[in-house]
Amino acid sequence: MSAVLPGHGDTHGHDHHDHHGGYSGVMRWITTTNHKDIGTLYLWFSFTMFMVGGVMALAIRLELFQPGLQFFNPDLFNQFTTMHGLIMVFGAIMPAFVGFANWQIPMMIGAPDMAFARLNNWSFWLLPFAGSLLIISFFTPGGAPGVGWTMYAPLTVQMGVGMDLTIFAVHLLGMSSILGSINIITTILNMRAPGMTLMRMPLFCWTWLITAYLLVAAMPVLAGAVTMSLTDRHFGTSFFNAAGGGDPVLYQHIFWFFGHPEVYIIALPAFGVVSQVIPAFSRKPLFGYASMVYATSAIAILSFIVWAHHMYTVGMPVTGQLFFMYATTLIAVPTGVKVFNWVATMWKGSLSFETPMLFAIGFLFLFTLGGFTGLVLSLVPIDIQLHDTYYVVAHFHYVMVAGALFAAFAGVYFWLPKWTGRMYDETLGKWHFWLTMIFFNMIFFVQHFLGLAGMPRRIPDYPLIFETWNKISSIGAFGFGLTQLLFLYIVLKAIRSGDKAPEKPWEGADSLEWTHLPTPVPYHSFEQPPVLK
Amino acid sequence: MKSSKLARTIAAGWAAILGLVFSGTALAIEWNMRPAGSKLADDIHNLHEYVMILCTVIFVGVFSFMFYAIYAHRKSKGHAAAQFHENTTVEILWTVIPALILVLIALPTTRTVIAQKDTSNPDLTIKVTGYQWKWGYDYVKGEGEGISFISTLATPRDQIEGRAPKGENYLLEVDNELVVPVGKKIRILTTAADVIHSWWVPAFGAKQDAIPGFIRDIWFRAEKTGTFRSQCVELCGKEHGFMPIVVRVVSEDEYKKWAGDKLKLMAAAADDPNKTYTMDELKKRGEQVYGKICVACHQANGKGTPPAFPPLDGSKTVLGPKEEQIKTVLFGRKNTAMVAFGPQLNDVELAAVITYTRNHWSNHTGEAVQPADIKALRK
Repeated sequence: MSAVLPGHGDTHGHDHHDHHGGYSGVMRWITTTNHKDIGTLYLWFSFTMFMVGGVMALAIRLELFQPGLQFFNPDLFNQFTTMHGLIMVFGAIMPAFVGFANWQIPMMIGAPDMAFARLNNWSFWLLPFAGSLLIISFFTPGGAPGVGWTMYAPLTVQMGVGMDLTIFAVHLLGMSSILGSINIITTILNMRAPGMTLMRMPLFCWTWLITAYLLVAAMPVLAGAVTMSLTDRHFGTSFFNAAGGGDPVLYQHIFWFFGHPEVYIIALPAFGVVSQVIPAFSRKPLFGYASMVYATSAIAILSFIVWAHHMYTVGMPVTGQLFFMYATTLIAVPTGVKVFNWVATMWKGSLSFETPMLFAIGFLFLFTLGGFTGLVLSLVPIDIQLHDTYYVVAHFHYVMVAGALFAAFAGVYFWLPKWTGRMYDETLGKWHFWLTMIFFNMIFFVQHFLGLAGMPRRIPDYPLIFETWNKISSIGAFGFGLTQLLFLYIVLKAIRSGDKAPEKPWEGADSLEWTHLPTPVPYHSFEQPPVLK
Repeated sequence: MKSSKLARTIAAGWAAILGLVFSGTALAIEWNMRPAGSKLADDIHNLHEYVMILCTVIFVGVFSFMFYAIYAHRKSKGHAAAQFHENTTVEILWTVIPALILVLIALPTTRTVIAQKDTSNPDLTIKVTGYQWKWGYDYVKGEGEGISFISTLATPRDQIEGRAPKGENYLLEVDNELVVPVGKKIRILTTAADVIHSWWVPAFGAKQDAIPGFIRDIWFRAEKTGTFRSQCVELCGKEHGFMPIVVRVVSEDEYKKWAGDKLKLMAAAADDPNKTYTMDELKKRGEQVYGKICVACHQANGKGTPPAFPPLDGSKTVLGPKEEQIKTVLFGRKNTAMVAFGPQLNDVELAAVITYTRNHWSNHTGEAVQPADIKALRK
């Protein structure tokens, strides 16, 4: 493949000392084909969307601070819950890990860039358009869709034009993900440095390889589901309309056939980051590397046969419920293997607790808690009590926030010195961790109690018995939101005026970007593949 | 000295904030599932406790290793890192043991799943229909067969919007409660007229989505008398949070009396579809129907909340030929929030509410629609 030729990223005929291609200023970013630039774009886009989705979360928590309707009408409230979910899942978490993939995969496998550099540019630049469509939908007649991020039919046919913008945005996001995944798969399979066998790759590359396959398999299914909703809305079809021979539950089957792999699309790269960070700060190799790879693959395969555990209450036959319950509980086995491996990596290490390690330990602790509530929810009778209550909200925020977001924070603190050549402020980093940790639990731990006591999700107002926990949760939410501004400050401070990073900031880190490249990494790296023993 | 003063100031600040926040709060704190009102719900609670105990033991076990490592194996204490990175025996053990624990969980759970699905031989069958945003109950088989009513939120708007103090059962009170006898097996058939809703009574461990165009079923057997409250649990549009479910469980004798009275009341109040009503009668009745059925979307002032819910005041359809309006109300408008009200309302109610909309606000067609007009267009 021609893409393996060294120096192919240098497409503008400048010599290698010219850092940023042929353009400067904003055009540099629009035209860039450099994996590091594109990684940076993904990460900043992700952070921006994280803030937008976060403001919506705060609006939701503001309304739920006390019973009664105070700030928003129920329609707008539903729009916030919908857009908060879509923006956080597709705009914040997924692009964050694609950002890490862009920065890290070529450096970790000793490649000069991604396999398809121009495609990489386009994969990113689809995102701002998709994100804008989601936000613009608020300003259309009827506002943004108020259907929940799952966009269940037939409620979708009652929505205004905002629904169509959202469907189109989902198409764009799906395209971006598929193109990015093809790029990642090709890069990993074809561009590894000589001697870098698959089973010698850093685990982060393995988790992304598997995630990319999940994306290629799952995103077209979502595109199909929303397209059927679109034609039901406008072109007289009846995919999800019983009166025309369709079935509303069909939508849910299709959506969750995408939706469950999506959970692992988000979680696996997070596992990858944590699997780099924990060994580095334990000064000890990752325990059970091979079993980590097998466990990741097992989770990915299982993720395609468990989708209907999101639908225990639609009225499946008992055999269907039992099949999906057994299959779902099986996921606990490979997930358990991963948790045990991480703990065994720390065992008898030489541990230190810089901010990346704190976030990795926070991840390990809270993600496991979210895993256990997942096990509780996988059991049909218990799920029937807890389905569509705040218990579920608490559960998936433990997986998405304490899981994915904590891992993303760990990754940023871990690699920022390598990327920028400057250190972040360690004291402020620790503050960021502890405040995030405390406020996160303040928001979401109490939501388990709300769910157990029977508070439905997606309601703008609630009975009086739920008041106390909601107040605590809302206060936590505002604390959490403010704490993330501290994160922005820490990153900006590091980039602008951080202390110069030492050549090897973390003594235990041992993948190629640490051992074979200077700090900060040059704009073009591994133009000649490294020699691996 | 200085830092303790600072600490005291911070503590006082927090106390002030918390005091402010929680003043006026009932401080009711719920930690767990609400008390069970049926054996099935009780089984679910026990299952949940059993699984929670297992999870807690494993969680504490695993993380005591981690926290011990954090305590003892730290660099600052001079602990040197071992370099082991695999151990086949341990890895096989920690794959097999969790799998065995899953079997321990699956066994009792499977029994409950099967029990939960067994809707055979009910004493009483009730059809529950989800509407945007109320519940319809039809007693289709057993004592009280033929009883049929709509159940809507009874909490006044003033309480929701903060103009009146909130009552004890805020958002959990309805005009017509579902009444069932204690100790009898009740089969609930769910369906919906517009979008998906979900009917849930936590005390009975009974939750089932109500899906338009399909009928699904669940069952429960209440073991004690009393009133059990809950809410719709599937997002169904803007008033999703305002369609509660209230079930009143009474003794068998009380139930018989209630069912008899209810049937007599329904017969007495039954509308005569063959009668010709006066304009005033129709408008008066129509106002009631409008206030119950139409007002959530089209609003009391008839202005609606466009574009999802268009205005009726000045509407072309309302001011146009009556046949068109009757058809719209009877059969709904495809792919809009306007569902078919034909199955939900009788001819008199439809005639009354259509007459009301044609002769209220700035609409003055002066035209009365009679039940016979509706009947002619029903197919």
